This record gives sequence, C-alpha cells and structure tokens, in this order.
Amino acid sequence: MLRAFKADLHIHTSLSPCADEEMFPGKIIEQAKMNNLDIIGICDHNSSENVVATQKIGHKSNIAVIGGIEATSQEEVHILALFDDLQELLSFQEIVYDKLPGFNDEKVFGKQLIINDNDEVTGYNCRLLIGATSLSLQKIVETIYLLGGLSIASHIDRKSFSIIAQLGFIPEELLFDALELSPNYQNQMSSFSEMMINQELYGFPLVTFSDAHFLRDIGKSLTIFFIEEASIKEIKKALSGKDGRKVIT
Amino acid sequence: MKLKQIVKELGLEVVSKVFNLDTDIVDGYASDLLSDVIANAKKDSIWVTLQIHQNIIGVAVLKELAGIIIVNGRKPETETLKKAEQENIAVMVTELPAFEIIGKLYGLLKGLSYSG
Repeated sequence: MLRAFKADLHIHTSLSPCADEEMFPGKIIEQAKMNNLDIIGICDHNSSENVVATQKIGHKSNIAVIGGIEATSQEEVHILALFDDLQELLSFQEIVYDKLPGFNDEKVFGKQLIINDNDEVTGYNCRLLIGATSLSLQKIVETIYLLGGLSIASHIDRKSFSIIAQLGFIPEELLFDALELSPNYQNQMSSFSEMMINQELYGFPLVTFSDAHFLRDIGKSLTIFFIEEASIKEIKKALSGKDGRKVIT
Repeated sequence: MKLKQIVKELGLEVVSKVFNLDTDIVDGYASDLLSDVIANAKKDSIWVTLQIHQNIIGVAVLKELAGIIIVNGRKPETETLKKAEQENIAVMVTELPAFEIIGKLYGLLKGLSYSG
C-alpha cells in the first residue's frame, strides 16, 4: 500500500571528520525516532563504514536506514550515492577508496570513528576522507547509475562543494536522480536561490535533507515520499512520478 | 597584448584547435570556482584555472573570455576540448603552477618586469 514516508537521506556519522563526535549510530536512530522519520540515509564523506551498524540499530527501532556515501569529485563537487544493496555500496566504496589520495590528520580535520551496533568505537579510518577523489563528476554519476544507485547533487544552494559553486551550472548530460537543497535555502531566498529552486530551469527533481553533522540537525530538513516501501527503487519511482509514487514536499 | 604573443612569451601550449589567437587581451582572472568566474570575470580576459571540466568552456562563452590557461600540467577532458573547438575558445596548458603563471602573466599584461 502506498503511504507517506518522511525521509532525511543525508546524515553524517562520527566517521566524517567534520561531523560531531556524538554522531553515533544509536544516537542518530534515537534522534530520527524522536523526529518521526521513517527513512534515514547515512552518507559520510567518501566512506560507508558506519552504515551496517546504523542499519542494525535502525532495524530494531523500525527506522529504515539506506546506506550511502557523499563522494567528492575531482572538481570538488559533493554527490550523494545511495544504494539498496550493500554489495553495490561496497563496490562503490572500493572505487572511491582507489582514487582517494592521502591520510587523515585528526588534529587538523577531526576524528574518523568507526562505531559498532552497540555504539562502541571499534576503530579509526585513516584515509583522507575530507579530501577529493581523482574521479570526475561524470564518472561518479555514471558509476552510481551503473551500480543501480541513486545519485543526488548535494546542497546545490551552498557556496562550497556544490555543483553550482564549483562548476557554475549543471551540465545537462549528467544523469542525476535529483538535486538537494540544504536546510538553509528557505531562510535565504536570494534571487540566486530563487533561480536555483526553479525546477524547470534544470529539469531535475528537487529534494531537501538536513546534511546533519550534529544530532540536533537530524530531520531539520526532510522530503516526504509517497511510496510503498523504504527503498531506493521506490524513491526513484517517486522522483520520476511513476506508478502513483510521488514526492509530496 | 595579442593572445598569440602571450602564448609565445609564456611558452603555453594551445591544445584546442582554434583560430582566434589575435584577440587583444586586456585583463586576467584566476579562480577555480566557476560560479565566481561567472560573477566576476571581465570580457576579453584570460582565465587561469585548474578545472578541466567541460563547463569551463560554457563559462568562457558566457563571459566572452579570450582564452583559458589550465595550470599544473593538467590536461582538459576530451569533451572539454570538443566543446572548445565548437565554440572557438582557446584552451592553453602550462606545466607551471597557478602562482607562477599568474605572476608572469601579470608582468606581461601590466608591463612589469619579472625575473625568470
């Protein structure tokens, strides 16, 4: 049966060096529950190593957790890649890791904590997750498409790491499933952001998520999908308006 | 100063097949944020960047820039070159990092002397 699902598909964990160290899977699920979210997406910078733990905890609390990565292209554009299948996500992670140079300095960028489903720190990721891959935007979007994932251009209204800031405009041949607006876009409706949210200008569906780096930001901005179940397959249908599925807000 | 003279003086390699190297260059702009170039670059400027994405051509056309210098030995993507040739935008590459090529370019355009 089709129903409304509240989704915040862009949440960081303490694996992202720039995220708050409190962003443990269990606490994230608690916060999602408090905000009546049905679906969350875990998208750390260039890694997915806290996805499985969050999925396990989410399962117990009846919150669907979709695994993802916020990948950084060589143009320094952020792209969300979300997958139904863990193997697809791991294949994507491998491609990203292979093209991600450098090592993290946690004194400079922050810790990159790997957490288990008991909310215990089990390790540290030593890669430079804050860095950029040498993969082109085109290549990243194509790879997500071929692996069957959902690709979303992150926070296109932001002045850093967004496709608009880095590349000026969206090349029409990119196969994005949607463009994401950050929670701030409502407060700062400049003529620039008004232009941004003119859907017809780009012809891509628009969504908005929190990009939460702190617990308090989870669910701050969300998109409601009218779908049958919490999956990328269904969300894709909603984004293209197929089989009665749709985006409500 | 004519673009072809700048190419010669700075030892740039012109990688797009174009025929407009006679443009008079009055100014330059350096930025890797294309949104910033759209906002601030002036017509007939030469643009120095490390971005190699095809959108640099779109921006150059939009802002009527005279040419693009890609720094640090980076090579433009195939699509970028194709678009450059369609739009007759001169794309040049240099092995030098941005700081050095911009310094030399500034010296040339503003008539200052530089060593090296």
